[in-house]
Amino acid sequence: MSDVSLRLDVLKTYKLYVGGKFPRSESGRVYEVTDSKGQWLANAPLGTRKDTRDAVVAARAAVKGWSGTTAYNRGQVLYRVAEMLQGRREQFAAEVAAAEGLGVKKAAALVDAAIDRWVWYAGWTDKVAQVAGNANPVAGPYFNLSTPEPTGVVGVLAPQAGHGFSFLGLVSVLAPVIATGNTAVVAAAAEAPLPALSLGEVLATSDLPGGVVNVLSGRTADIAPTLASHQDVNGLDLTGAVHQDGPGSPAALEAAAAETLKRVLRPAADPAAADWTQAPGTKRLTSFLETKTVWHPMGI
Amino acid sequence: MAKNTKKTDAPVAQAPRGGLFTYAPAPESPAAAGDIATSYGHFIGGEFVDSSGSEALKTVNPATEQVLAEFAQGTGEDVDRAVAAARRAFADWSALPGSERAKYLFRIARIVQERSRELAVLESIDNGKPIRETRDFDVPMVAAWFFYYAGWADKLDYAGYGPNPKPVGVAAQVIPWNFPLMMLAWKIAPALATGNTVVLKPAETTPLTALRFAEICRQAGLPKGVVNIVTGDGRTGAALTAHPDVDKVAFTGSTPVGRSIARQLAGTRTKLSLELGGKAANIVFDDAPIDQAVEGIVNGIFFNQGHVCCAGSRLLVQESVQDEFLEALKRRMSTLRVGDPLDKNTDIGAINSSAQLSRITELTDAGEAEGAERWSPSCDLPGTGYWFRPTLFTGVSQAHRIAREEIFGPVLSVLTFRTPAEAVEKANNTPYGLSAGIWTEKGSRILWTASRLKAGVVWANTFNKFDPASPFGGYKESGYGREGGRHGLEPYLNVEARDV
Repeated sequence: MSDVSLRLDVLKTYKLYVGGKFPRSESGRVYEVTDSKGQWLANAPLGTRKDTRDAVVAARAAVKGWSGTTAYNRGQVLYRVAEMLQGRREQFAAEVAAAEGLGVKKAAALVDAAIDRWVWYAGWTDKVAQVAGNANPVAGPYFNLSTPEPTGVVGVLAPQAGHGFSFLGLVSVLAPVIATGNTAVVAAAAEAPLPALSLGEVLATSDLPGGVVNVLSGRTADIAPTLASHQDVNGLDLTGAVHQDGPGSPAALEAAAAETLKRVLRPAADPAAADWTQAPGTKRLTSFLETKTVWHPMGI
Repeated sequence: MAKNTKKTDAPVAQAPRGGLFTYAPAPESPAAAGDIATSYGHFIGGEFVDSSGSEALKTVNPATEQVLAEFAQGTGEDVDRAVAAARRAFADWSALPGSERAKYLFRIARIVQERSRELAVLESIDNGKPIRETRDFDVPMVAAWFFYYAGWADKLDYAGYGPNPKPVGVAAQVIPWNFPLMMLAWKIAPALATGNTVVLKPAETTPLTALRFAEICRQAGLPKGVVNIVTGDGRTGAALTAHPDVDKVAFTGSTPVGRSIARQLAGTRTKLSLELGGKAANIVFDDAPIDQAVEGIVNGIFFNQGHVCCAGSRLLVQESVQDEFLEALKRRMSTLRVGDPLDKNTDIGAINSSAQLSRITELTDAGEAEGAERWSPSCDLPGTGYWFRPTLFTGVSQAHRIAREEIFGPVLSVLTFRTPAEAVEKANNTPYGLSAGIWTEKGSRILWTASRLKAGVVWANTFNKFDPASPFGGYKESGYGREGGRHGLEPYLNVEARDV
C-alpha cells in the first residue's frame, strides 16, 4: 500500500568511484538512466576524458600496494567483497531487474551468481601461479622458474549486452583482472551503469585499497578511446566495445592500443549472445599477466 | 655511521642480563579457551555421542599436570559408526557442485579466524606449546589452509589431474599431537575440497581442539557426517586405518607406525599417504651470515619444543667457522625463555607428555654415554609439568644415536664438514628425508646443494616455513604423498581410476 504512504523515499545520488572516493564528474554533467521500459531511474554522472585520466592516475598509484600484497591477502579481500554483497543482495537484485528488464527473482539469481563469482576468483589468487607458472627443465646447471605477474593498470569496458551483463557480466570481467594483482579502470555499461556504480560502494567497504578499482559511467565513446590511447594503461579489455564504427569500435580501440602495445582482450564475435551465467574459464585471469622467468646457476 | 662513532667515545654500559630489560610476566588468560567439558564423547554424524565402551582417557595440561578433561577411548564399534556416517554423507557431499563445497570451507576458515584467540589458548593448554606460537602460527595456518583448499574445490579441473577428477571416498585420518589443530586442517581441508568425507582421530594427548573444531563444523552448517571425530589412543587409530569400508588412509606420525599401516594396507585398494619422522640437517657454510643463521638454527630446532617432524635436529657446520658459530649459538640459546606456555614472552613451552619427556631423556643420556659433549644454558624450570632445557651436543659422530634417531625434543646435535660434497653426503646419511636447511650467501651453492639433498622440503637461509600453497612431505622413510599446494590434492583424488 505504498500509494497511501506519506513517506517519501530518499533517492541515491549516483557518483563515480575513483581512488577510493566518490566524486561527481569533473564536468558537472549527468545523463538520464532509464529502465528497460524507458522509465527514469536516476541521473548518472557523465564521466569525461578528464575523469578517465584521473582514474588512470588513481589506478596507477594503487598498483604498487595491490600487486605487492600476498595472494592470500588478495583472496581474502575478494572473499570479503562476496560477504559484503551478500548483505546487499536485494538492492542489487532491484537494480539488475530494472537494468535488464527482468523479474526480481531472475535478477536475484544473477546477483547470487555474481557473489559466487567473487568467491571463485577469491580462490584463484593463490593458485593462478601454480597453474600458469612453471619450473623449466633447461639443458644446463640452472634453476629456471617462470611465474606470472600482473601487467599493471587495465582498462575494462564492461559488457553492455548479454544475459546478466549489467552486474554478473561486470563482475565476470572485473574480478579476474584484480585477482591477479592488476588495478582497473572500468567503463560501466553506458545504458545500465547503476549496478556498477553501486558496486563501488561495496568495494569501498571490503578492505579493497582505494584506486584498485575505479568505476566510470558515461559515454563509452568518450571513455574507451581515452583508455585505449593512454600511455599509462597496460591492458585493455574490449568486452563492452559494441559500436561497429567510429573511435569506439573494437578495431579502432585496438589500433589505438597498439601504439603502446597494450595487452588487448578482444570482444566476443556476438556480444549480445553472451550468457554470463556460464562457468568461467581461466582466459580472463591470464590475459593480463606477464610471465617472468628467472635463471640462476647451480654450482659450488 | 662515522658521525656516530665520534660521539660515542665513552663505552656504553651493557645492560646487565636479567637487569634493566627483564620481562614482566605477560600471561594469557586460560579462561579465553572457553568452556572445557569434564568429559567428551565422539563427534559422529553431526552429533556428540557417547562411546559404546566405558573406557575413558584423560588429557592433561603438560605445563601443570592438571587434568583438563576426560574423553572416550574409541572402540571398534565407535569406529564402525563413524565410518558408516561418513559413508552415508559421501554421496551427497561428493555430488555437491565444487562451488558449494568451497563455500562451506570458506565459512570454516572465517569462523576459525573469528575464534582464533579461543583456539590458540585451548591449543596451548592442551599441548604445552607457547601461546605466541599457537596465536601467531598454528591457528592462522589453520585458517589459511581452509581458505586455500576452499578455492580448489571448484577448480579441480585445473589441478593437472585430468578433467573432472573424482574423490576417493571415505578418508581415515590419524594425526599427531605436535600441531593438533593444524594437522587437522592439513588433513580435513584438502579431503573435503576434493569431495571426500572423513573420520579423523586426534592424538590421545591433544584431543581438545579437534573436538572444538566439531563445533565449528556445526556453526558452518556442514552437512552431518562429512566430518567425524573419534578420539582414543593407538588402538582406535589401528581400528580406523584397518577399517574395510575406508577408501583412503592419511597418517602423520612416527615412522614405525607408518610402516605398520603400509604393511596392513598391502594388497588392498585403500589409498595411503604418510607423513612420518625426520632427522633434518641444517647445513651452515663458512660464508653464511652468522647471526641470521644462528636465528634460523634456533628456530629450526627449538620451535615447538623441537616437537616437529621437520626440525633441523642435525647442525652441519663447516669446520672453519665452527668455533665462532657455536659461540654465537650458545649465546643465543642462553636467551631462550623456558616456562609457562601461556606467557606471551615464552620461547619454549612444556614437553607434551611424560612419555615424550622420558624418550628425550633416554636419548640424551645415550648421547652422553656414547661420548658426545652436552651443553645447556642454565635456566630455572617450573616445579610441576614436563620440561626439558634446550640442549646442544657437540663432538657428535654419524654413528651416535642422537645423530641417527628422531629425538622430537629441543635437542640439537652438531657435526662438522669440510667440503660441500661432504656436507651433502652427511646430510643424506639417514633413512629419513623430510627436510633440510642450507645457509650460505651464495645462490648457486644453495641450488647446487638443494639439488643433491634427498629431502622433500629444502629451506635456504630460512627454516620451518610453511604455507598452504607449498607442498610438504618426505623422501625415503619420511613417508610419501604431499600436503599443501596443488600436489596436496592428489592424495584425495581417485587418480588410480585410470590404469593406463
